[in-house]
Order: sequence, then structure tokens, then C-alpha cells
Amino acid sequence: MTPVTIEVPKPNSSAAVMMLAKREWVRFFRQRQRVIGALGQPILFWLLFGTGMRSSFQSGGQDFMTYYLPGTLALILLFTAIFTTISIIEDRREGFLQGVLVAPVPRWTIAAGKILGGGAIAWVQAMIFLTLSVIIGTVTPSIDLFAVAGLMAIGALTLTALGVSFAWPMESTQGFHAVMSLVLLPMWLLSGAFFPVPLPQEGGTVGQWVMHYIMRCNPLSYTVSGLRQLLGGSAGEGTWMPSLTSCWIGSIAFLAITFSIAWFIVLRNQRARN
Amino acid sequence: MSELGQKVRSLALPNRTDFMNTTDFAIEIHQLSFHYGERAALDNLDLTIPAKQIFALLGPNGSGKTTLFRILSTLETFQHGKVSVLGLDLSRQANAVRSLLGVVFQSASLDRKLTVLENLRCQAALYGLAGAELSKRIDEVTEQLRLRDRLKEIVETLSGGLKRRVEIAKGILHRPKLLLLDEPSTGLDPAARLDLWQALTQLQSVDGVSVVLTTHLLEEADKADCIAILDHGKSVAYGAPGALRTELGEQVLSVLSTTPDQIVQWLAGQNVQAAIHQHQVRASGQKVAQLIAPLSEHFGSQIQSVTLGQPNLEDVFIARTGHQFWHETPSSDMKRAK
Repeated sequence: MTPVTIEVPKPNSSAAVMMLAKREWVRFFRQRQRVIGALGQPILFWLLFGTGMRSSFQSGGQDFMTYYLPGTLALILLFTAIFTTISIIEDRREGFLQGVLVAPVPRWTIAAGKILGGGAIAWVQAMIFLTLSVIIGTVTPSIDLFAVAGLMAIGALTLTALGVSFAWPMESTQGFHAVMSLVLLPMWLLSGAFFPVPLPQEGGTVGQWVMHYIMRCNPLSYTVSGLRQLLGGSAGEGTWMPSLTSCWIGSIAFLAITFSIAWFIVLRNQRARN
Repeated sequence: MSELGQKVRSLALPNRTDFMNTTDFAIEIHQLSFHYGERAALDNLDLTIPAKQIFALLGPNGSGKTTLFRILSTLETFQHGKVSVLGLDLSRQANAVRSLLGVVFQSASLDRKLTVLENLRCQAALYGLAGAELSKRIDEVTEQLRLRDRLKEIVETLSGGLKRRVEIAKGILHRPKLLLLDEPSTGLDPAARLDLWQALTQLQSVDGVSVVLTTHLLEEADKADCIAILDHGKSVAYGAPGALRTELGEQVLSVLSTTPDQIVQWLAGQNVQAAIHQHQVRASGQKVAQLIAPLSEHFGSQIQSVTLGQPNLEDVFIARTGHQFWHETPSSDMKRAK
């Protein structure tokens, strides 16, 4: 065989990542029911629970509407991250992914595009809700809101990366629903989003201890608690709350971990399936 | 190339004269094997695919052609053998191969929620195409595939034929040297098939792209410059379709009848071997033409039609494999179940 010299063009990975991220963006906002699902449901929960539980809830001097606000932000981030990463399964089934897999870009660009695009969508949705809360007066405007935006950006990327890790090896969206109800929603419920982390008392029950440590080990607790503190909340009596510094460290560490997991899963699973 | 070599090649490919002068191959496959568990989808396959031609991989379901397509398109890694694509080693230089390949899948690879233009831009970003060059290419491919006025339409609103044209536009946007297509005619009406072939012929003749497609349609393979017939993961016939047919050399008599078994028996009495498939009795040989009159005399109304013709690719397949093209083997069922 005669050696053939063919000029091989070098594709630009960052351009590919930006394009795939942009694609997520366009797809998401073109499917209106997704926007409604990801933004509408958490807001509805917030209004219903906030109003319904007003009389029976007190923590750190806040009513439930205020207490539940950071949890709602986290839920918007979670829902949007899930809706966008579930599309990996659709991409695989509908065939879009195979076109990307035969392209001369490294495989991680697919995951990076998904995380960046999905994360940006989640962040913008949460920002919309935050802006609404400022307008109706639940949140007082302050310089801390920039920190809130920053922490939400970290949370958005984290949850999207987590979604990618679950969705990548999956064959059907049904499997993802199982993950949603068995892993992701419990993670959110036990993050202090819905009720504060109980502080185990001397002679407290085993259940109290277990709950305390599960919630304390839940990485999402740090993001939710960070948002709560930045929005003016504090630990109520008999409840636990990490320091704000711990919250930042915990959130960034969670981001690093989910990124690494997503990276590992996407590169490990080299074989594309139809 | 020796004079004899040229003669042999021109015999094998009588309708292509330029092939004699080309020494390069688009694809060279040597001893390629691929197994799904115990079952061999490709079995020590040796195959060379000439450059700058339209080449068809013809085979029934389960013949291994889709597996071969997946390997060539870099979706699947293979266990044994050596494959070189445009002179590059597929197993070691897959990424370099990818940038020279255009791939059109059987199932759609377009994003249905995006417009035609957005799909093309997405593809461009994956292949490092941008700026003025991209605008120029989008102009060119949309002109070539008559998609200019469809750019703003969302893909899911397009017809099947149009979608396939967009798939091809997407596949050739980055000027690939080699275009791979998996069953490109599937789901297309006759007019759209004609369109498809026009586009492929233009690509091959004007742009010098090597086109390789898989098909299970005999009439489609007949339109290619050169074909390989795959059966059970092996290449059983190779050459220009016309050459393969004339290689059989004989005329083929086919009889459609209500009593095919009796006709086969009668033909055997005349020293003519015949076989039944798809309810037709088929026999080939130099004397079959002379049998038409006595046959109709003998069987009369039991015969619905008698045809005398050139052998087709199905006859080639039967002659090479000893079984019918549409014969369903357990392995092909397994493959489908998969």
C-alpha cells in the first residue's frame, strides 16, 4: 500500500462544546412544556406548601414561605438539570448522538456541552424565580444576591453533571424516572430544603442520629444551606447548619466530584449503542 | 500494472475505464472478524473498496453489512483484523479517519427540534468548520441538494425524502473524502430514491467522493459501479454488477406456475437443473431458450408466465452461495431480535 498523506483538519473542541450547549438551550426553550414543568411545579409547590404550612412551621424566626425559598431554588435547579440530561437518552434513541460520536471531537465535549447548556438553563430558570421573589418582596435586595447567583451556578452545574452520569449509560427514560424518585428527590428532601437538619439531643432516638448524619453527609445540604444563609436565614433552635465557608467548600467539592464521575462514565462507555 | 492485470481488471469492471488507472483504495479490509458473543457477524473478511466510485455492500439481513458499516464509521471497535480507510489505520487513527468520513445513518441523526440550518451549523461545529468557509459550504450543499428554501424549517416538519436529503447535506458539509451510507433508500418513495441516486452520482463524479453504501435491495446494488455481496460475514462475490451477471454467462428461464415441482422434474428429464424460489422455477443454461415451446405444450394452463432473461444479482447470489437471497437463517433472526 502506498502511504497516503491526507491533510486532516483539526476540529475545535471548545466550538463544539459551545454549539452543543447552545443546542440544549434552543431545544429547551422550543419545548414549552419543559419550561413549564421545570419552573411551574416548584413555584406551585412553594405557593401551596408555603401557604398551607404557614401556621404549623417555625424555624429560625422564618415562616415557611421564606424558609422554603432556598429549597424551591434547589428544586428548580434539580428539575431543569434532570429535564435537560434526560435528553441524552432521547439523543441516543433518536439517533442524534451517533452523529456526534462519529465526529472527530473528543467524547468529553458531548458531556461538557450537555452540562454547560443544561446548567445554564437551570441557572437562568432559578434566577427568574429569584427575581420574582425580589419583586414580590419575599427576598430583600442586597449585595448577597450576587453570591446567591454564584452558588446557584455551582449547584446548577453540579446537578446537571450528576444527571449526565445517570443518563449516559441508560437505555430508557423509564430508568431515569426510577433514579429521580429513588435518588434525586430523596437527596433534595434530605438537604434541609423542606425541613431543617435536626440536631441530635442527649439521649435522642437512633432515628434522630441517623437522620442528622444522612442529611449532614448529603452534599446538596451545603448548597441549600448556603443559599439559606445568603438569603438571611439562620439555624433555628435544635437544628443544625454548617458555616457559610463550609457551604462553599461543600458545594465546590460536590461539583468536582460529580464532574469527575460524569467524565469517568462518558469516557469509560466508549461503545456507542443504538 | 501489468498488461494482464489491466485485462483482468477491465474484465471485472467493464463499465468503468478509469478504475484501471487508479491504484488507491478507499478502504482495505484484511482478515476482519467481529463476533456477537458466539456468533460471527464478520468472518475473516477480505475486501478492498475502490476510491472515487459508488460501491455497494449488498447482503441479506444478518449478512454482516450493518456490522461492517458500524466498524467503518468508527462506532464499533473490532476484535481481529486490519482495516485501513483512505490509507489510515482504523484502529489506531480513528480520530483522523473521522474527520475524513461523512456518515449517513439509516436512522435519522438529525435533531428534530432544530431547523435545517441549525442542524447544519451544529454539524459544522463538530467538524471545525466556521466563518466564511461555513457560509460557502452551506450555500453549496443546499444548492446541490435543493434545500435552499428549507433552511428555516424545523426538521420534524419535513417529509422522509427531504429529511434524508438533509442527512446527506449534513454528511457532506465538511467535504469528506469518503461518504458512508447505511441503507440510504429505506423508507423513501421511488421519486426520492431517484433524487438520492442523482445526488450520490454527482458527488462521486463531480466532487470525486468515494461513496460506500449498504443495501439489501438488489436493484439498488445494480446501480453501483462496483459491489461486494456479503453472506454470513464473508464476501461471496465482488465486481461490477454487470460483470458479475455476465459472468454467469447464461440466460435464465423463470417459470411461474401452479405446479412448480412437476416442472422441476420435467426439466431434470431434459438435463436442466432447476430450483424453486419465491414460487418461481428458475433454470439457467445455454439450452433453456429452446425449452420454452415444449414446456408450454407440456404444461399448458398450469403455467402462468414464462420469462427468459439475463441473470440478475439474485442469480449471482444463488450461484455463489447455493441458497436464496431471502432465505431466513436462524442467525439472521437472532440479529433482528437483537
